[in-house]
Amino acid sequence: MIYLDANATEPLRPEARAAVIEALDVPGNPASIHGPGRAARRLLEACRRVVAERFAAPVGGVVFTSGGTEADALAVASLGLGRRVLVGATEHDAVRAARRDHEVILVDADGVADLTALERLLGAGGPALVCLMLANNETGTLQPIRDVAALCRRFGARLHVDAVPAAGRIAVDLAALGADSLALSGHKIGGPKGAGALLLADEGHLAPLIAGGGQERGRRGGTPALPAIAGFAAAVRCPLPDLIALRDEVERAAVAQGAVVLGGADRLPNTSCLALPGVRAETQVIVLDLAGVAVSAGSACSSGKVSRSHVLDAMGCGALAGEAIRVSLPWNATAADVAAFAVAYAAMAARLRLATAPRAA
Amino acid sequence: MRPNRPVYLDNQATTPMDPRVLEAMLPWFTERFGNPHSAEHSMGLEAEAAVETARGEIAALIGAEAREIVLTSGATESNNIAIKGAARFASTAGNERRRLITVATEHKCVLESVGDLVAEGFEAVVLPVQSDGRLDPAVLAEALAVPTLLVSVMTVNNETGVIQDVAGLAAMARAAGALFHTDAAQAAGKIAIDVTGIDLLSLSGHKLYGPKGVGALYVRRRPRVRLAALFSGGGQERGLRAGTLATPLIVGFGEACRLARAEMAEDEARIAGLRQRLLDGLSTPVTINGSWRDRVAGNLNLTFEAPALEMLRLMPDLCVSTGSACSSAAIEPSYVLRALGLDNRAAQRTLRIGLGRFTSPADVDFAAEALSEAAYAATSTAGAEF
Repeated sequence: MIYLDANATEPLRPEARAAVIEALDVPGNPASIHGPGRAARRLLEACRRVVAERFAAPVGGVVFTSGGTEADALAVASLGLGRRVLVGATEHDAVRAARRDHEVILVDADGVADLTALERLLGAGGPALVCLMLANNETGTLQPIRDVAALCRRFGARLHVDAVPAAGRIAVDLAALGADSLALSGHKIGGPKGAGALLLADEGHLAPLIAGGGQERGRRGGTPALPAIAGFAAAVRCPLPDLIALRDEVERAAVAQGAVVLGGADRLPNTSCLALPGVRAETQVIVLDLAGVAVSAGSACSSGKVSRSHVLDAMGCGALAGEAIRVSLPWNATAADVAAFAVAYAAMAARLRLATAPRAA
Repeated sequence: MRPNRPVYLDNQATTPMDPRVLEAMLPWFTERFGNPHSAEHSMGLEAEAAVETARGEIAALIGAEAREIVLTSGATESNNIAIKGAARFASTAGNERRRLITVATEHKCVLESVGDLVAEGFEAVVLPVQSDGRLDPAVLAEALAVPTLLVSVMTVNNETGVIQDVAGLAAMARAAGALFHTDAAQAAGKIAIDVTGIDLLSLSGHKLYGPKGVGALYVRRRPRVRLAALFSGGGQERGLRAGTLATPLIVGFGEACRLARAEMAEDEARIAGLRQRLLDGLSTPVTINGSWRDRVAGNLNLTFEAPALEMLRLMPDLCVSTGSACSSAAIEPSYVLRALGLDNRAAQRTLRIGLGRFTSPADVDFAAEALSEAAYAATSTAGAEF
C-alpha cells in the first residue's frame, strides 16, 4: 500500500517508536513522589522542554493534552471565556464546534482569510478570540498569521492558531507568529496517537476543560500519557522533511490528466487538493485504494461518512468541492511512491472519465 | 540473580504494563498506523476494526454492549464527561433537578467536576463516609429526599481500596429518579463489575496493566443516558468525544481488559495471599484504615507510629505513597483519611501500599522488612517533631 494520507495521520517515526517503547518501561506515575514517579516526572518535563524549544513557547506554557482536538477545545473554552469567538470558515471541526455561537471569518477562493472582513468583525463588537489555522488540513493553504496577529493586537483580541496540520511540515514559531496559543497533535507529525499540546504565550492559569488532580499546573487533569508524550517529543525533534519537489510532481501528474489544484500558491509542502471535474471524489478514492494508493476525500473525521467538504464550499469551489481528493505526503514519501501514484492516477482518470463521459448516440 | 529494585508497591497510582499488552500494541504503532476514521482506504478500515475489537473486550469486562463504550483519554476525562455531561444535558433539556450527590472520599477529579458545576448553578451534596470508609445507605436515602439529578459514588477507593455497594446505591438512585455514575478506575480488573442498574461508569487503562492515555466511559443505552459533550469536533464516538482515536493505546486497553477478565480471580487470590504475608511480616505496630472485608485484595492503608514522609525517605528502594498520586508532592494530609475520621497526625503517619499482578513473594518480604526498619528508625527520631 502506498500511503499518501499523511494529513489523516503520519506514519510513526522510528525515533518516536524508540521513545514510546523506552517510556513504556518507565513504570511510574509522574505525580508520584517515589523514585519511579520522579523518573517519570523528569521524562515528562524533558518532553515539555523539547516542545517548548522547538515551537518557541515558554516551558511553563506547554500543556499536554490527549491530542489536537482537545488542545483546540481547551483554547477556545478558556481563552474565549467571556469573549466573542471569530472562526475562519475553513477551520477544522474541532475549532468550529468548540463554540456554537462563533462568528465566521470569510475566506477567498484560495482559502485565505479576508483580513478586511476580519477587521470589520473585530471593530463591530466587544473583545474577541480569533481562531485561524496556520495551514489547512484539506488544501494546505497557509494563513497570513503574522498580519492577523497584528490586527488582533490592534483590537485587543486574542489569537488562537491551530497548527496541527502545519507542525512537522513547516517551521512553527509561537513567538514569531505573535499568537496567544497554538494547538499541536502528536500523530500528525510522526508521533503516536493520544498526545498533543496547547502552547500558551502566557504561562498563567487557565480554566481547565478536564478538571482533575492538579496535573499540568491545574490546566488539564488526568495522568499524563507519558509514552505517547515521549513519542510526540521525539517526533518534534525530527528535522522537517523536504517534500516540495515530490508534491509538485504529484500535481504535475494530476494536472496532466485534467485535474485542477485547489488552494492557491502558498501551501504546505506536502498537501495537494486535486479536483477532477465530473468525477465524484469518493469514486476516485475507492479506485485509487483498489490500486494500492491510500488518499482521502477530505478530512478523516466525521467517522466514516464522506460528506461534502466545508473547506472547499467556503472557497466557493462549487461542483468541484465534491470532486476533489486530498493527496498528503508523509515524512517518508519517496519518488517511487509518487511515480506509482502518477500511474494509478492516470489509469483512474482514464477509466472514470470514460465512465462519466456523455454516451455517444 | 539481580534483585528486583526498587520494589514497586504503588499499583494504585499506576500499574506496570503487562508485556502481553505491549506486544498487542506494537504493530499498531508502526506498520498498521492508519487513522481509524479514514473510512476510505484499507489502512483506516483495519485500524477501525482493531478499535472495535478492543471496544468489545472493554465492554465484556463490565457486562456492557460494545456500543455503550465511549473511548476517552483516561478516567479523569471519563469522570468529567459523565458528571458535567449529564448535568449540562439535563439542564439544557429543561430538567429542573439541580442536585448532585457525591461522597467525601471520591477522586479529586470527581469532586472538582462537581465543584465546576456548582459555579454553573447546580447544587452539590458531599456525603460523609463511616469510619470504615463505606457510605451508609441511610445517608444517601436522606440526601435523595430532595429531587436529585445525579449520584456519583466510586466503586473502589484509590487510597483505601474500600469497595462500595454500588449495586445497592445505584438501585436507590434509580428509585429516586436520579442517574447513577461510578468511577470504577480502581475496581476494574480487581473485582467483578456488572453495569446492570448503573447509568455511567468510568474506566482507566493504566490502572489495569494497560497504557496511560486511554480510558472509557460506559454510557447506558436502554434506557438511554443523554450527555452533553465536553468538547466537540470531528464527530467521533457518536459526538460524545471528539478527536482521533489512539488506536495502539485502545488496542492495549482492550488486551488489558481481556487479560483481566481471564485472570482476575487467580490474580486476586494470589495478591490477597501476598498482602497477608506482608502484614504478617511487619514487626512494627500498625492500624489498618478502611474496611478489611470490603476491600480490594491489593490494597493496604496503614497508619504507623512514625511520620510517613520520614519513612519514605528511609526506604529509597521501596515505592509506596502517602496517598493519591495526583496533585503530587502534596504534603497536606489526605482528605480521604480525614473523611474516615483520622486526625492530621494519624493521616501524616499513613502509607498506601498497592500490590499488583507482578508483585512477588520476595517483593513483599523486602517491603515488610523495609517498612518495619523505617518505622523503627523514624519513630526514634520523630519525638522532637511530633
